[in-house]
Amino acid sequence: MSTVDAAEHGAADHGHATNLGMSNEKLGMWTFIGSECLFFGAMIATYLLYLNRTNGGLTAFDVFDIPFTSASTFILLMSSLGMVLALDALHKRDMRGFQTWTLATAVMGMVFLAGQKYEFAFFVEEGFKLETSPFSVSFFMLTGFHGIHVTVGVVMLVILWALSLRGGITADKHTETVELVGLYWHFVDIVWIVIFTVIYLIPVG
Amino acid sequence: MTAIAENPSTGTLPRRRGIFPRPTKTTGALSWLTTVDHKKIGIMYGIGALIFFVVGGLEALLIRAQLATPNGEVLSADLYNQVFTMHGLTMIFFVVMPLGAAFINYLLPLQLGARDVAFPRINAVSLWIWVVAGLFVYSSFFFEGAPNGSWVSYFPQALVGPDPAGNLASDAVAIQQSRMLFYSMGLQIAGVASLASAVNFVTTVLNMRAPGMTLMRMPVFSWMSFVTAFLLLFAMPVIGIALWQMMFQIRFAGPFFDPLNGGDPVLWEHMFWLFGHPEVYIMILPAFGIVSEILPVFSRKPLFGYSAIVFSGIAIGFLGWGVWAHHMFTAGLGPVADSAFGIATMLIAVPTGIKIFNWLGTMWGGQIRFTTPMLFAIGLVSMFTIGGLSGVTHSLVPHDTQQHDTYYVVAHFHYVLFGGALFGLFGGIYFWFPKAFGRLLNERIGKLHFWSMLIGFNLTFAPMHLLGLNGMPRRYYTYADGMGWNFWNAVVSIGSLVIALSFAIFVINIIVSRNNPPAGADPWDARSVEWLTSSPPPVHNFDDIPVISDNDELWYRKYASTSDEDAPVRVAAGGSDDENPGGPYGDRVSGKTAKELGIHMPDPSWFPLLLSLGLPIAAYGVFFEDRITMTAFFAVGGILTFGSMLGWALEPSAEEDH
Ligand code: HEM
Ligand SMILES: [Cu+2]
Repeated sequence: MSTVDAAEHGAADHGHATNLGMSNEKLGMWTFIGSECLFFGAMIATYLLYLNRTNGGLTAFDVFDIPFTSASTFILLMSSLGMVLALDALHKRDMRGFQTWTLATAVMGMVFLAGQKYEFAFFVEEGFKLETSPFSVSFFMLTGFHGIHVTVGVVMLVILWALSLRGGITADKHTETVELVGLYWHFVDIVWIVIFTVIYLIPVG
Repeated sequence: MTAIAENPSTGTLPRRRGIFPRPTKTTGALSWLTTVDHKKIGIMYGIGALIFFVVGGLEALLIRAQLATPNGEVLSADLYNQVFTMHGLTMIFFVVMPLGAAFINYLLPLQLGARDVAFPRINAVSLWIWVVAGLFVYSSFFFEGAPNGSWVSYFPQALVGPDPAGNLASDAVAIQQSRMLFYSMGLQIAGVASLASAVNFVTTVLNMRAPGMTLMRMPVFSWMSFVTAFLLLFAMPVIGIALWQMMFQIRFAGPFFDPLNGGDPVLWEHMFWLFGHPEVYIMILPAFGIVSEILPVFSRKPLFGYSAIVFSGIAIGFLGWGVWAHHMFTAGLGPVADSAFGIATMLIAVPTGIKIFNWLGTMWGGQIRFTTPMLFAIGLVSMFTIGGLSGVTHSLVPHDTQQHDTYYVVAHFHYVLFGGALFGLFGGIYFWFPKAFGRLLNERIGKLHFWSMLIGFNLTFAPMHLLGLNGMPRRYYTYADGMGWNFWNAVVSIGSLVIALSFAIFVINIIVSRNNPPAGADPWDARSVEWLTSSPPPVHNFDDIPVISDNDELWYRKYASTSDEDAPVRVAAGGSDDENPGGPYGDRVSGKTAKELGIHMPDPSWFPLLLSLGLPIAAYGVFFEDRITMTAFFAVGGILTFGSMLGWALEPSAEEDH
């Protein structure tokens, strides 16, 4: 991705450093994450509003399988650790380690997604569908959009991994690119902690 | 990272070939399609918005032709609904917002003393996504008709159409749903563009200011752009979610808003206005910034109360989040909520008032030159004040219950949006036209434009106050004779013709002004650094990045004053003298290209345009019941968009090609 940075940076950093001392890319990512908070916030608010509007269909108590989701949540949270280790390996110029951990992180993300797909399919079979109730549709939308975010993250990780196999990722140039992907990945994980609490733990407690 | 930027060719990566040869042209039609130059992008936003202004204006004329007389027969009820909805959508999302974006794009880097925005290619993406969003919404006319639920599109009306009893035939419902899908998907696409711009502008302001330009030395227009970008950043995801929910409701029967299945239509109202009220400030703040630049220049005084204006702009940005329910006083939220939002709404008039008085203070005792930009700026200050006052009357809940959904509200928001935002934006066009195109617009015709617009505007919108107070409801396609509304409706329709005429005068002005003599770098004797560089500026904006030491940097360089009473004296700072046709600082631009000066500018690219084309294709997929067709559209659109992103990420820079 060096060429991107070169192109985007040419105008920006040439000659003098940025005002905040943080690169444009990183600042842009933080700004974007701020916006994402409202994106998920709006969906979480809708979900809480509709928690009890089940139209006589399945309720939170009927559908959720806490142990199953706890397991996939654990895997997703562990993937954040994988991300940290990948970046750390890059800092230490340990490319083998970087490749291993990037791939491991991506795979953990995929496992989480597979769990979600299984969960969705199971719910639909039970008669818990988009059109069932305000509750069901809010659930699918919130977790579904989170799943899309995870998918985007997985794609980015896989691209990083594939590039690094060809020697396209180097510690000198790409540490920040990896950091940016990491920022995004951690954010998506943190959002899941909130979602997991709101959706799976609160109705049960 | 910086190291890479300075030396892009030392990469150890195997040299990659792009899918397309990297475009290198800087002139001609192709250069506009592939450009990442913020100035060209700004100009394209401006031209696009003016084209949409003509379209939206024609729709307005249709509305007024229908309402000019009682029992009008120009439009059917169905067509009327489509026309007024498209008028509103067009004016808000495709005229006022993008005109603001045009100025922000063009001016922000110049005012900050930067060479471009933080992410030039993302900037191009914003432009093209906005363009395709507009085309997508308008393509609805070729299918089942345009959206007809008004720009607020309340449920359940949005779901079943204006006549649920007669419309339950499944055909009619299908038509309604297709129309509203154009609304939800079209605005969704436009929102992506706004969000990308927001990230870009926030980063630009925080990171790209010239040395010495502290935040409190930024020109007010840049400040207002900054606040606007934050409003966009937080308002767009909210409407984005609401629009997705609308799509799920309409297309997949997910009962978000359908009361028959447990959904809550009031949720849509909350979500819409939680975006909608910040949106009105998104539309007005750039115009506030523009007049804050124009008034000091033509009063020959520094802006009165710079920091008060900046902080009131920030205050408006914050308070704007806490007043949305004043649009819902008739929704039955209860007396406590109504009172709280009523009081919050009154509060927001305070920072707005502060701005007005500071502008008056700027003009007070100044040596005023009544040029066209100045006239438009004064037009904003006076017309916006009228609109602000009627806004305050809405904040009184009982009063608003009476006037809600009448023409009184229509009068209010046209005074703030047209009398406020558009007057300011036109003033900005007159003011910065010489910077962007190197020639002044004709002053005589400009003044004619201003006065005809002012008269037409007041003829059109002032009587609406009376019509509204007399009970004329908005969004009705016709009215009976004998209601006492005939006379003022006729006046309103005549006024709308005068506005149309005034716009024609503006177009004529642009045509006749194309042969005006070169304006020079600083034709207005202005104050901020965009006037330091040549008109039009070179691709790289400044040969040397200016070092900033004052709020009115250029003024400070041009004049020194020995004591407070003395008239300012012109000083020869930084180089040549007044004989230079480029103005005192015209010589700061050498006429050399960026390359000759060793400045690396980002290369043009095809990918922003390609990326944006994927979005409407995917959006058309939503319309198909048939799973396979739907998936096919998603796939094609998705491949185009994500493929372009990948191509973009791996695109070699042009320099690596040789
Ligand atoms: C002094 C500041 C302002 C106050 C106190 C104010 C207050 C209000 C209130 C209470 C309403 C709801 C009226 C109703 O529907 O019954 C309203 C409507 C509206 N206002 Fe304002 N406003 C102010 C400034 C602005 C500005 C700056 C803009 C845009 C540039 C704006 C645009 C609108 C629009 C578009 C509507 C109508 C929305 C619709 O129902 O379609 N207002 N205003
Ligand atoms: Cu409002």
